Amino acid sequence: MNRILAKTLLRPVVWVIYAALAAGLLYGIGYLVQLNGPTYFAQAILDGLRLGFVYALIALGYTMVYGIVRLINFAHGDVFMVGAFASYYAVARYGWSFVPAILFAMVICLLLNIVIERVAYKPLREAPRIASLITAIGVSFFLESFTALRFAFSADYITYKRPFEVTVWKFWGLSITNATVIIVGVTLALVLGLQYVIRRTKIGKAMRATSLDKSAARLMGINVDGVITFTFALGAALAGAAGTLYAIAFPQIWTFMGIMPGLKAFTAAVLGGIGSVPGAFVGSLLMGTVDVLVVSFLPLGSRLRDLFAFLVLIVVFLVKPTGIFGEPQVEKV
Amino acid sequence: MQLLQVDNLHVAYGAIRAIQGISFHVDAGEIVTLIGANGAGKSTSLRTISGLLRPYRGDILYQGESIVRTSPERIVKAGISQVPEGRQIFSTLTVMENLQMGAYTRRDPQEIESSMQRVFRSFPRLQERQSQLGGTLSGGEQQMLAMGRGLMSMPRLLLLDEPSMGLAPILVDEIFEIIKAINAQGTSILLVEQNAAMALSIADRAYVLETGRIVLEGDAKSVLRNPQIREAYLG
Ligand SMILES: Nc1ncnc2c1ncn2[C@@H]1O[C@H](COP(=O)(O)OP(=O)(O)O)[C@@H](O)[C@H]1O
Ligand SMILES: [Mg+2]
Repeated sequence: MNRILAKTLLRPVVWVIYAALAAGLLYGIGYLVQLNGPTYFAQAILDGLRLGFVYALIALGYTMVYGIVRLINFAHGDVFMVGAFASYYAVARYGWSFVPAILFAMVICLLLNIVIERVAYKPLREAPRIASLITAIGVSFFLESFTALRFAFSADYITYKRPFEVTVWKFWGLSITNATVIIVGVTLALVLGLQYVIRRTKIGKAMRATSLDKSAARLMGINVDGVITFTFALGAALAGAAGTLYAIAFPQIWTFMGIMPGLKAFTAAVLGGIGSVPGAFVGSLLMGTVDVLVVSFLPLGSRLRDLFAFLVLIVVFLVKPTGIFGEPQVEKV
Repeated sequence: MQLLQVDNLHVAYGAIRAIQGISFHVDAGEIVTLIGANGAGKSTSLRTISGLLRPYRGDILYQGESIVRTSPERIVKAGISQVPEGRQIFSTLTVMENLQMGAYTRRDPQEIESSMQRVFRSFPRLQERQSQLGGTLSGGEQQMLAMGRGLMSMPRLLLLDEPSMGLAPILVDEIFEIIKAINAQGTSILLVEQNAAMALSIADRAYVLETGRIVLEGDAKSVLRNPQIREAYLG
């Protein structure tokens, strides 16, 4: 009773806080717009959203894997890195065009993640969760350092050869490149495809059932291990596509390139509500926008951007750990 | 014909020996009930039959073949389906999707559709609520959904774990009528209950489980008349 009463009394207070936040946000936007002009601001938003689309492809893998095995797969950012390198080899060494290159990256990442899951995580499925978390960090270090060896990708920065020439179009002073269009288009297609798989297909429904209740899923005759493997594969394929698109946008790659985008996509997944697919998408767009706004407007922005990302993470954890779309803990009567 | 035969089964959770050498069987067409107090080992028995747990000794034969090393999905495919304790509905899947998950091991869409129609005939309320999320159903409806979902694999043997748990008496009557009807259509039933009176009233035979051992067995009527049982379980 008391809690219900407290909630009703608190509601207006919460609304006031939200109103203040909205006003602050509007004021902030207005301030930024007048600072360097509306075109500069709009360009930053546009670039931010583009980055957000790439983050979304990474964040979906975090969120799906978390949803199904409650594991934050810290090696996911490194799978993304391998995706970037796979498409680099496809384009620069074999001369493949964009579509086969991105598909190649997706397949390589998918296979890699299946191996990671089988070798590193599956044996620990029944162990305390902290064990697989630490293993995930270990796998991450391993992938970064192993691929940095001379006979693998090497530790150098490598200039990524784009599979197509970049053309720039101007609209009202905004520059939009064909790369942007491709990034947004591919991401949207993949996200819609993923949503279709999760919502409509038999394996997608089995994924949702498994994430809700593993033992009930087993009793239905669902091969839970297979569903888990499928989820890792699906997330990795998206990370492979993300690696390719990211390298096209920022054409310099090295084996530690996955750390920051990985952590930011993870933050985005938490911001949207870990376990939620629409949440990962929305959180990523916000994250990408904040990222680019910081770089564009703050002095030393390019050094502060990572700091800001983690500020977002900490604030979300403190204020609303379930994120924007996260399900509140259901209280059982 | 013996459909299921459990032979000297021992099951442990780590050091906790939950089942210590039980033997029982279910014949084709029967309703057999396993009654006993909370913690007696009833759910553990069903989980072991379904392949979720492995016994450390003893055997389970289904249609004459051992299934103790068989995976849960193969056991479902072979014709044993379980409606677990507490229903374990997929709360954010719709009623329809829950039922589809029950048919996960089956391939033919037309046969699945006809099973779905059969479930809807047994539980008309599920049809009305087919696009609602499982978690939004009432307790009684969730039990119906759990049972309907269990029937979607067309089992020869249905394992029911405390279907009356937490339901109002009228609903309990309704659920037990449905269990009888399912049995009348040819599905054998292994019914686990704490509500001994109710279970014994519809069962052919009964086993009484106490801390992992069977202490009494016989046809349901004689178990119902047993003075010790009357005192311990029927108050
Ligand atoms: N997951 C588990 N881990 C450890 N012990 C368990 C577990 N599940 C059940 N037990 C123990 O096994 C015994 C039998 O439990 P259970 O089969 O659930 O009994 P019932 O279904 O008859 O109430 C109990 O002593 C219970 O505490
Ligand atoms: Mg039980």
